[in-house]
Amino acid sequence: MWSDHLEYKVRAITTSLDYYEVRGIVWSDHTLKESFIMRIALFATCIVDAMYPETAKSTVKILERLGHEVIFPKAQACCGQMHMNSGYMPEALPVVENHINAFDTEDYDVAVAPSGSCVASVKHQHPFLAERLGKPELKERAVAVGKRTYELSQLLVDVLGITNAAEQLGSYFPQTITYHPSCHGMRSLKLGDRQLDLLKTVGGITVNELPEADQCCGFGGTFSIKNSDVSTAMLEDKMKNICSTGASACAGGDASCLMHIGGGLSRTGAKPRTLHLADILASTMEETVSL
Amino acid sequence: MTQVFLGMPAGGQGNLFETEPFPKAAHRELGNTQMRKNLRHATHTIRDKRLNVVGELPDWEELRDAGSAIKNLTMANLEERLEEFEKNFTARGGIVHWARDADEANKIVTELVKATGSKEVVKVKSMATQEIGLNEHLETEGIEAFETDLAELIVQLGNDKPSHILVPAIHKNRTEVRDIFLKEMPVVDPNLTDEPAKLAEAARKHLRKKFLSAKVAISGANFALADTGTLGVVESEGNGRMCLTLPETLITVMGIEKVLPHWEDIEVFMQLLPRSSTGERMNPYTSLWTGVSEDDGPQNVHIVLLDNGRTRALADRFGRTALNCIRCSACMNVCPVYERTGGHAYGSTYPGPIGAILSPLLTGIEVEENGSLPYASSLCGACYDACPVKINIPEILVHLRGEDVDANRDKHKLPTQMDLLMKGGSWALGKGKNLGLLEKALPLGRLMSGKEKKIKKLPGIAAGWTASRDIPAPPNKSFRDWWSDEKESK
Repeated sequence: MWSDHLEYKVRAITTSLDYYEVRGIVWSDHTLKESFIMRIALFATCIVDAMYPETAKSTVKILERLGHEVIFPKAQACCGQMHMNSGYMPEALPVVENHINAFDTEDYDVAVAPSGSCVASVKHQHPFLAERLGKPELKERAVAVGKRTYELSQLLVDVLGITNAAEQLGSYFPQTITYHPSCHGMRSLKLGDRQLDLLKTVGGITVNELPEADQCCGFGGTFSIKNSDVSTAMLEDKMKNICSTGASACAGGDASCLMHIGGGLSRTGAKPRTLHLADILASTMEETVSL
Repeated sequence: MTQVFLGMPAGGQGNLFETEPFPKAAHRELGNTQMRKNLRHATHTIRDKRLNVVGELPDWEELRDAGSAIKNLTMANLEERLEEFEKNFTARGGIVHWARDADEANKIVTELVKATGSKEVVKVKSMATQEIGLNEHLETEGIEAFETDLAELIVQLGNDKPSHILVPAIHKNRTEVRDIFLKEMPVVDPNLTDEPAKLAEAARKHLRKKFLSAKVAISGANFALADTGTLGVVESEGNGRMCLTLPETLITVMGIEKVLPHWEDIEVFMQLLPRSSTGERMNPYTSLWTGVSEDDGPQNVHIVLLDNGRTRALADRFGRTALNCIRCSACMNVCPVYERTGGHAYGSTYPGPIGAILSPLLTGIEVEENGSLPYASSLCGACYDACPVKINIPEILVHLRGEDVDANRDKHKLPTQMDLLMKGGSWALGKGKNLGLLEKALPLGRLMSGKEKKIKKLPGIAAGWTASRDIPAPPNKSFRDWWSDEKESK
């Protein structure tokens, strides 16, 4: 349980106030009743770190708005999923070990990543790789890190009790969007409607339902280059469905899938663009993310 | 490697081989617009049906757990269960034969048929006999095999190959079926329409006299129950029932992994199988037979227990749960890759996600092009969700990719582009500071992306990406650097 390792680090619990101000935002009493101030380690993921830094910044913003402290363990790099899913197990090992070394510390309460896929890899693939390569100690550490690692919507909904993004996060995004639930979040992490529910409660937003939403966009890591034809056929159907919603953006919880879908939309000259859930949640009335 | 022909398999293993790299086969099949239309329609219909009937059961997840547990336990004691089955099947008048591979199984069946003096056999739909290429083998021995399952009949008449394990002619629509019937049936109404009832009637007339005259039937089996020595076939049309009851001789070919410990286990599997396969609460015909019944049904009852790579798969601790498969086809029905390429792209008798793991597990990853099969998946996980016995297909796919990479390590004199990418990636992503160093080059990528702020063409294997997708201009600064500048310095 997250609360087990939180006990020794709870720095402030305030339940007696009617409201509480954190970094200029006023929070009502009821949100604070359940809330601890936590030290949250951001696992940015390699693709967000290098290609979509705004999404990591958005994640930091959201958590800081809630009054939590965010740290960024600099030793981190990548979950190693690309290597494992391409079959390069010995090559994946240093990457996985690096991640475990970076996050197997007592320096934080929970870790969070703006990615269902990378979190699923940390939780499921790291222990699997350690087992497969005959490293029981590494497996044990991998399991421990996995337990403390959350996908963003998981952390927001399950741990931080966010049920209304507009009220609790100040999220405001006056656009019509649709939403693609990425496979690993949906199936490996069983995120259910957490991401969609958060999006629906953003101020000013209109969320149009995506037909055949649960169908994979065809990314699949190196699948997209090894089996480019099939991947493209899947992408074409995804894009057709996105365009049919009339939305100006397709939101999602994984930068990799969004890069795939966005790359296809850009190539075909279609109007919608892709945007990460974190960027929409971070958008406020004062600082609205533009499309 | 030698080329594999139907019925003339390399290494005696039958039709378990992808004979060309999957991407190449997929490329060809993707161009077949009629097939893709038929398959999209069929898979989407059956997906919805499955979801409806599965949703009716409040204990569906518990049933899946039970199915998975029974299978795992059986596989852990497979020898004992098989010997128990042999003892009980024999005690009830059945004869047990053991076949190491497809060649041996074909030989056993041929001898059994020849001993009856019959020149023709009727067949119950069976994956095991497809796997060993039995029909083709019998043909070379002068014995004609008649498929009696409607879809298998369509495939056989059309001189085609099955593309699905449950609906072998799923790639054909009913107009195409009518055309095959008109062309290939010796006696057929020339005004035959493509109404399903009319097509079924034409097939019924075509088959009826075969049922009444056949002396030998060949079947597969959905399960064998060790404690009673019972065999079972689950089907929809009743053609199987005709074959299982009318002829004098019944020969069943069954993979050794189909044995279940107890009679009671049917309870679990008869709930899991129909709902997962046809999306029905219950299938129309379930036939169970225990050895020979005096003066009723076949009086010569044989079973050929087929290994053909199953013990090899069992020895793979990360892949062995693939043997838990009950051939329901739910994984292929929900698979976005299968939906678009169809079953023929997988080469083997077993297509779709289960085929992509089962074929290489049975044959070994290095044989023919089976090493390309585990990559035929975006790892979306829809198959794992749908599997009634919870086979973690994505994890086994990844495991087998590892086997494939390892098997190829020493084959190339020079490292492939993928090897280089992965080795470089291992360094770059193996340390935060290495990644940080590389990220210093982001402005260069930005420069490459030009005025449009997108990268439209990349060389080498990355061209697979830019064939249909742009890459956005990278940022000027990584998050890592932003953090150092903005957060740490303040």
